Amino acid sequence: MLADKDRIFTNLYGLHDWGLEGALKRGAWDGTKGLLEKGRDWIIDEMKASGLRGRGGAGFPTGLKWSFMPKESDGRPHYLVINADESEPGTCKDREIMRHDPHLLIEGAMLASFAMGAKAAYLYIRGEFIFERKQLQKAVDQAYDAGLIGKNNKNGYDFDFYIHHGAGAYICGEETALLESLEGKKGMPRLKPPFPANMGLYGAPTTVNNVESIAVAPDILRRGAGWFAGLGKPNNTGTKLFSISGHVERPCNVEEEMGIPFRELIEKHCGGVTGGWDNLLCVIPGGSSVPLIPAPNCQDLPMDFDSLVAQGSGLGTAAVIVMDKSTDIIRAIARLSYFYKHESCGQCTPCREGTGWMWRVLTRMVDGRAEKREIDMLLDVTKQVEGHTICALGDAAAWPVQGLIRHYRHVIEERIDEFSSRSDTDGAVTSKDVETV
Amino acid sequence: MTNNAAGVQQPESFEFSSENLEWAKQQLKKYPEGREASCTIPFLWRVQEQHDGWLPEAAIRYVGDMLDVPYIRVMEVATFYTMFALKPVGKYFVQLCGTTPCMLRGSEELKKVCADVIGVQNTVTSDGVFSWLEVECLGACCNAPMVQVNQDYYEDLTPDNFRQLLADLKAGKEVKVGSQTGREGSCPAGGVTSLTDKGLYDGKGGQG
Repeated sequence: MLADKDRIFTNLYGLHDWGLEGALKRGAWDGTKGLLEKGRDWIIDEMKASGLRGRGGAGFPTGLKWSFMPKESDGRPHYLVINADESEPGTCKDREIMRHDPHLLIEGAMLASFAMGAKAAYLYIRGEFIFERKQLQKAVDQAYDAGLIGKNNKNGYDFDFYIHHGAGAYICGEETALLESLEGKKGMPRLKPPFPANMGLYGAPTTVNNVESIAVAPDILRRGAGWFAGLGKPNNTGTKLFSISGHVERPCNVEEEMGIPFRELIEKHCGGVTGGWDNLLCVIPGGSSVPLIPAPNCQDLPMDFDSLVAQGSGLGTAAVIVMDKSTDIIRAIARLSYFYKHESCGQCTPCREGTGWMWRVLTRMVDGRAEKREIDMLLDVTKQVEGHTICALGDAAAWPVQGLIRHYRHVIEERIDEFSSRSDTDGAVTSKDVETV
Repeated sequence: MTNNAAGVQQPESFEFSSENLEWAKQQLKKYPEGREASCTIPFLWRVQEQHDGWLPEAAIRYVGDMLDVPYIRVMEVATFYTMFALKPVGKYFVQLCGTTPCMLRGSEELKKVCADVIGVQNTVTSDGVFSWLEVECLGACCNAPMVQVNQDYYEDLTPDNFRQLLADLKAGKEVKVGSQTGREGSCPAGGVTSLTDKGLYDGKGGQG
């Protein structure tokens, strides 16, 4: 188990003062000026050496991402954009950072912006997080008032932090959709290239990072890359916020070491699976977009990027959705399909049409009102959506369904058999044409 | 269409209050010159706050004029994002998260409470007090199931405490925002399992 002294988010639960005074006591803004004085290259090299992989889901190395920004400005400003659109079902970690430990985030934004030659950072927070937005704004105001950020500040690097909000659209968590939304448009992802590092916000070089990736940066730089890299496993280093929801006794957010076994994670912090370990059906380990892992594979499952990919799933945002044996797994995945249908921006045909198609078929399968050949047809449709869209929402919609069919085909078939036999004996199929979830 | 404005009684005109106008001027300073369109979403949201939780057509034109953005572009934004309502909502607008993490912990039972206490989804009660809508993941999954009422989250709901919450809101009583079972944030129920080292909070920076 991770020692408390190695935890970065020491006010994760809001049990202490979230404001500047409390944050200073807990070590935020400690020696920021000295870190800046070590220079851009030092910061980027430290971030690379720490092995930090982006905490927003894709797991791209953060230091490497920062190094993609142009070294010199060609006259255009550079921007850091922080993605606080936290909308992946299961994920609720960035919310805690913004309302309980906001100064780590603001300090991280300053360090990251400096490393990329940006004078301003925009944080895009999902519209529903109204309290969090106001709380973060208070923290930003505190930082301005204390002369930590802004013009001619104590840290010696002019830097502005702006908060911008959305209005309810999952797709705005996709970085280019986020930029479109920040520019005042519908959140429809852009074709890449050009990548944001060359042509991002307002046509200027931009890097988009997740809240957690930015908020851990000050501690990495203060304590050294070696400290962070010493936690976890090679290529999967450091600490990570896990959001554990679903069928556990005590759902919670917790910061743990990368690679902690799944069973240890939920038994130490969440009181285990409801009804005991043997009652586990399956787990979605990284937010709704990744395929589920059935219980037999969960015994010694390390929670890190590479181990979960090896299991045909992924760490994603480390949003651990636990399902016990009371779960109707077809229904649970059908509800996710409804989510993706609802959230598809409608730009690419395979996603716009495919998400609705998958949801409708799955809705029938919940009742067993389907034919077995449709299972392969459904799988085929997921393959036609996957990889055929501008952004990853199409993939994200396809993977949970693929996971369902991969592991629970027999459940779908049994449901179909049950329905057929019932209709045989009852003599008539009840009309259930209205498809609701 | 859940958000169809057809048949809605529209006001003739809309204007920001002087306070909101001042706020809007400050907001414009956040964005570079020529990028005022960035204010579209924040302005529409402020309109909705001022206008009982929904966007009248006149306000869409008002925001377009303020930002020099074509009306249709503002309309596109207003219809794309689910938090914008193009028709009136109840005084207490209940948005119930129905996505899988909440579903696993009982949001379907909460839907029944809504249907029972409030009635048909997306319809304002005759006294104007309530309307409700099932929405997608609100990002409070460790405190599922949960709802958002106007601006606030209410978490760790059960059919009983949710029914009580709705009754208290209707009666105008003060209600507690956040967890309805007394949890602190997303801390494990019953107490912390980490962050117990007092050295973290002794003011010496706490870090090794």
